[in-house]
Amino acid sequence: MIQWAGVVIFLLAVFIAIPGFIAASGRSDLYYTLTSVALLSIASAGVWLTFYIGRINIGQGAFALIGAYVSAVLVTKAGMSFWLSLPLAGLFAAAVAVVIGVPILRLRGVYFAMISLVLTQVVTLTALALPITNGAKGITSIPLPGGVSALGLTLIPDFATLENPRLAFYYAASVLMVLTFAAMYRLVNSRLGHLCRSMQQNEELASSIGVNISYIRVIVFAISSFLGGIGGAMFGSIAQSVYPSSFQVADSVNFMLNCFLGGLGYVFGPMLGTLVLYFGWDLLFELGRFQLLAYSSMLIILMLFLPNGLLSLRLPGKKEADK
Amino acid sequence: MSHLLEVRHVTKKFGGLTANSDISFNVNENEILSVIGPNGAGKSTLFKMISSFLPTTAGEVLFKGERISNLKPHVVARKGVVRTFQETTIFKSMTVRESIIVAQHLRARASLAGYFWGTKTAHEDVDSFGQYADDLIDFLGMTEIANEQASNLPQGNLRALGIAIGLATDPKVLLLDEPFAGMNHDETMKMVNLVRKVRDDRGVTVLLVEHDMPAVMNISDRIVVLNFGEMIAEGTPAEIQNNEKVIEAYLGSADDEIGI
Repeated sequence: MIQWAGVVIFLLAVFIAIPGFIAASGRSDLYYTLTSVALLSIASAGVWLTFYIGRINIGQGAFALIGAYVSAVLVTKAGMSFWLSLPLAGLFAAAVAVVIGVPILRLRGVYFAMISLVLTQVVTLTALALPITNGAKGITSIPLPGGVSALGLTLIPDFATLENPRLAFYYAASVLMVLTFAAMYRLVNSRLGHLCRSMQQNEELASSIGVNISYIRVIVFAISSFLGGIGGAMFGSIAQSVYPSSFQVADSVNFMLNCFLGGLGYVFGPMLGTLVLYFGWDLLFELGRFQLLAYSSMLIILMLFLPNGLLSLRLPGKKEADK
Repeated sequence: MSHLLEVRHVTKKFGGLTANSDISFNVNENEILSVIGPNGAGKSTLFKMISSFLPTTAGEVLFKGERISNLKPHVVARKGVVRTFQETTIFKSMTVRESIIVAQHLRARASLAGYFWGTKTAHEDVDSFGQYADDLIDFLGMTEIANEQASNLPQGNLRALGIAIGLATDPKVLLLDEPFAGMNHDETMKMVNLVRKVRDDRGVTVLLVEHDMPAVMNISDRIVVLNFGEMIAEGTPAEIQNNEKVIEAYLGSADDEIGI
């Protein structure tokens, strides 16, 4: 019951209280910030899932970039509706993850981390070289998402006709985030989640009880990259442009840090981690050239004293419920 | 009696080193067979080849006439030949009950997506996993530690947990890796009884690799002896104890070590 109350409070806060607060205070720039947090946390959730099978993934930027390009190309070149291009972007990223994942997921520990770190750079360079991605000039003037209607009912309004597309993006990103984390919670508490935990703890023992570990690894990496692709595609649509530098190695590192900060043992860790990291960076803006120094020092201190993430601050009894 | 498991001319070479050379023996249904030998005799290598954790250089291992060597470990497990590990190989941050539930992977009827969406079959599976886990915990006398996290368990219980995880897969053949290593006499006797109970009550054929001689003599129906990678003897415990080659192989170690 307490959990359901938490979910209801969270949903009320995201969909009613925050928009209400922003409307009252007139700080509509916060919409962009919070939309970014929602989208980045979707991509971070994917990274978190690869942590769940014991792989350090520093390559989510690659899949976010792939997703952003796929959606941009489909919308601008093929004239497809953004809402159709969104899942396709995720699926394309997942397909790429399957092809790349089969060979590299055999690696463990720092070896996998290093290879995944290279991925972002590879995708950036590919985007610079390919004609369809328009090289360094990128894809610009992407139209805002169009409307979706069925049986005469408008399900999603045309964003271009809206008075405040920022609010619309905020809602869209929040809905995606809520769906993502609901699915993640379900996944982690279903059999796939149990198998992931068994693999995280001991791959040899997992294979001895009949778990096809290479199959599960690829499935999980594909889901992870799907989320990266979705997050990236939505980002491109908000910025109405995609460049090879839209997602860089630093972004990949941040996706991973979000998971560490929130807590690797908690499904909702990446959401909290993204929020704190994103706002933390902005709040330290006043420090000028000391911003990065203060930011990294705080991260180091946090990880030293809270190695299991911010969510480990809660009562120990809640821990099991999240797992 | 039919041959359940057949080891046929199995050879393993690591570069120039021959770890196993032309090993052949059979395991009958419902028997406890031990592979023994001095350190470095190639027991562990043979064990890994039977469970497909290592490929063979030559020869093959058959289960019910089907080749199970040079496959992937999970495929061999799926056929019903499941290995256990020494005590450090467990799911550290799971409880005993959780470990046994996860280990019932092969009994799952619903697909992974089925579990995600919570289909009827998936719910039935989850109930049956819990039921089976409780039965197995009861059978192995682990009720008191059922909800204990594995990393908190003492060594003796970890061994039993390893066997429990193996049994949860509902195997036809259980391969035990040194189940008595590092145990004192009482613990060894408990484990001997447990292994026997597994065979008697669950009809599981057991192949174990071990160098605790008294325990092996006590528990085994038949024994295979390796020395320097070669098979030097095969027979009942009484035959092995009087086998000259075996005594020679163990010469230098005290007589009581082979239980004479």
